[in-house]
Amino acid sequence: MSRGLRLIPIILLLWLVVGLAWRLVRPGDTAVPSQMVERTVPQFALAPGVAGKPGLGAADLATGQPRLLNVFASWCVPCVTEVRVLGELKRRGVRIDGIAVRDTPEALTAFLARNGDPYERIGADPQSETQIAFGSSGVPETFVIDGKGVIRRQYIGALKPSNIPGVLRELEQLR
Amino acid sequence: MIAEAGLAALWLAAGLAGYQLVLMLLALRSDVEVVRPMRAVAVAQGVLTLVAFAMLLLVFANSDMSVKLVFENSNSAKPFVYKVAGAWGNHEGSMLMWVTILAVAGAFLALLSRRTSERTLVAALGSQAVLALGFYAFLLIASNPFARLFPAPPDGQGLNPLLQDPGLAFHPPTLYLGYVGLSVAFSLAVGALLTGEVDSRLARAMRPWVLAAWVLLTLGITAGSYWAYYELGWGGYWFWDPVENASLMPWLAATALLHSINVLAARGALKAWTMMLAVIAFSMSMVGTFLVRSGILTSVHAFAIDPERGTFLLALLAIYVGAAFILFALRGATLKEGAPFELVSRETGLVINNLLLSVILGIVFLGTLYPLFVEAISGEKLSVGAPYFNSVAGPLALLLAVLVGVGPLLSWRRQGRPVLRLLRAPALLATSALVITIILAPAIGILPRLGFTVAAFLASASILPLVGRNPLRAPLATWGMVVAHFGIAVALVGMAANGAFTSERLAIAEPGETLTVGPWLLQLKDVTPTAGKNFTALEAELRAARGEEIITLNPQTHYYSDPVTETNESSIRTFWNGQLYTVLGRADPSGGWQLRLWWKPFVTLIWAGGALIAFGGALALLGRVLRRRRRREPDWRERYI
Repeated sequence: MSRGLRLIPIILLLWLVVGLAWRLVRPGDTAVPSQMVERTVPQFALAPGVAGKPGLGAADLATGQPRLLNVFASWCVPCVTEVRVLGELKRRGVRIDGIAVRDTPEALTAFLARNGDPYERIGADPQSETQIAFGSSGVPETFVIDGKGVIRRQYIGALKPSNIPGVLRELEQLR
Repeated sequence: MIAEAGLAALWLAAGLAGYQLVLMLLALRSDVEVVRPMRAVAVAQGVLTLVAFAMLLLVFANSDMSVKLVFENSNSAKPFVYKVAGAWGNHEGSMLMWVTILAVAGAFLALLSRRTSERTLVAALGSQAVLALGFYAFLLIASNPFARLFPAPPDGQGLNPLLQDPGLAFHPPTLYLGYVGLSVAFSLAVGALLTGEVDSRLARAMRPWVLAAWVLLTLGITAGSYWAYYELGWGGYWFWDPVENASLMPWLAATALLHSINVLAARGALKAWTMMLAVIAFSMSMVGTFLVRSGILTSVHAFAIDPERGTFLLALLAIYVGAAFILFALRGATLKEGAPFELVSRETGLVINNLLLSVILGIVFLGTLYPLFVEAISGEKLSVGAPYFNSVAGPLALLLAVLVGVGPLLSWRRQGRPVLRLLRAPALLATSALVITIILAPAIGILPRLGFTVAAFLASASILPLVGRNPLRAPLATWGMVVAHFGIAVALVGMAANGAFTSERLAIAEPGETLTVGPWLLQLKDVTPTAGKNFTALEAELRAARGEEIITLNPQTHYYSDPVTETNESSIRTFWNGQLYTVLGRADPSGGWQLRLWWKPFVTLIWAGGALIAFGGALALLGRVLRRRRRREPDWRERYI
């Protein structure tokens, strides 16, 4: 066997190790961006998630005013911190709707009572079907939707207090 | 104190591994006689890791919540078996198990090896100790299984009901034994490359280890496949999931090694190639462990990546495999190839076998890692799924299966008699199988049809090595080969039948409604709630009838509250000619129930074939070990006469 041939495994190994190491150091984003961004929201109609609040359908998202759609769940731990950020946004006049994924009315009511309720409408999505139609792969995620019902931006993971100015600016531009 | 004793044993074992490294260097530099202390230290190291592992089992069995690992992964309310199994059902514990097996394998190598020269044995034991040393460092620096918590919490957090499954408790140890068994082949190869003694003696010493590891890997993969089949509720037996591929890749390399080792043992040929394969087989085990343990392949909101552990494992992989490759590049050229062979010979057959297996290994490797690299370069996310693997690796695997029938009929060096005459009967059977499937089942796909054809050929050709001689006097190793090759044909029939004739029915049914799937008529009697120990469940009652036969099936859906999980417990009934597979889905708003029903003719042959393959390997192993005994006897008697 020639020397060149015998060096091939070493080169392959180097390539593999460098590739994997790069991946480890920069785990990159395991986030999956939605294909629905810049498209009109999918057709859906969800029953109310809690008593005393309306459910949510595609028509409710094209009201002429930009708004946020928050995909969340009462069993989701990051959602607890996020819902306070949403409360702050609501105080600044942002209109927010929610889709509660794989949840129950009792758990939701308790969650909202404990952490505050920023939502105008909450649709129950017991089998994640609407969540998937939005191209959302986990909770929490937040969509910025313009007045015509077109998804303009997707936030993957919990919104943090540092996101508030950016979100407000975006909504202002869409107005 | 138990945890501290375990930790102390681990430190001592690490120290002994370091001492072995020193002994090896001494022996390679000068001709100091070190084989006796080397053997003793290797055995002591194995015993100490066993002590450490026993201490870990003990703290789990006692539910000692002051040990952090127990607190995080166990709970006093768990059934005892799962408490103990919990010891290796987590990162730290499983790495301790890994290093224990590694060290114990080294101890057995030290105790049992009579075949290799002492120099090579010393080098191999040194290499095994260096492997262990890296994992000791990993455990002691980055993942100490015996770390304490103060104050001790009242009870543990590990109550995940999904992890309380016999499959999950005993599947990983089987695979680990297989993975780590290959480390001995790696160490023997490294040792022989260091001393330059790559010969048929080495191959005979390596063979039982490779066989044993290969049998365990085969069993582990077969069991894992059946577990996924019944537990996931989608009726598939292989998903080309990265974690599955991580166990398939070492198996493919070990299969190639198993065959090339025979060429080296019998003819002294394929030296460099066999050493390369021994290195690659264990490298694939390490790659597999890295992929599973670092979490870089599990994606989307699932597991957090632990960069420290991943980096550590990757560094170990790079050092060990890199060092072996460099050694190979330096020493490979000095290996003199053994006896020459002609174009039509068993050697050629085994070379083609190795080439095909290596190409399939490459295909699986590429398909598993490709998404990672594409995303690293272009940011685009993609996944490589069954269509790629089936269409690229499938035809090659079928070609390989044909050659499996031919290879064993060839003789070493050169084939005198025309082999085609021997293959008349199998060829005839294969042709009739092809014609029959065309007539009786004109609509089936090309791969299943070829599968039946090849299976008919292989099933008959594989038993030819026993024909024309007294089968009872054939060596056990030959029997093992025949059984394993026949097992491939059996598994192939199962896969082809499953691909060609599965009837599937996804339906919404109201109680009282009847559905047909395959030859079965099913009636949904009722769906009733029941309760289990830590879950609530819905249970369907299904009456299934085929001719006179009437049976009842009860598929369930389980709902767990902590964490919120839902599992489908399929109800499967096995018959001699297939399985009836039923799953209860969700309630439909219309008032009916979703049902998933399959009739899978002969699907069980897939796992029966896998078991046969493993059994054949076990027979071959037994044959080799017994024969070695018999052969050694004269020397043994000579000493006393």
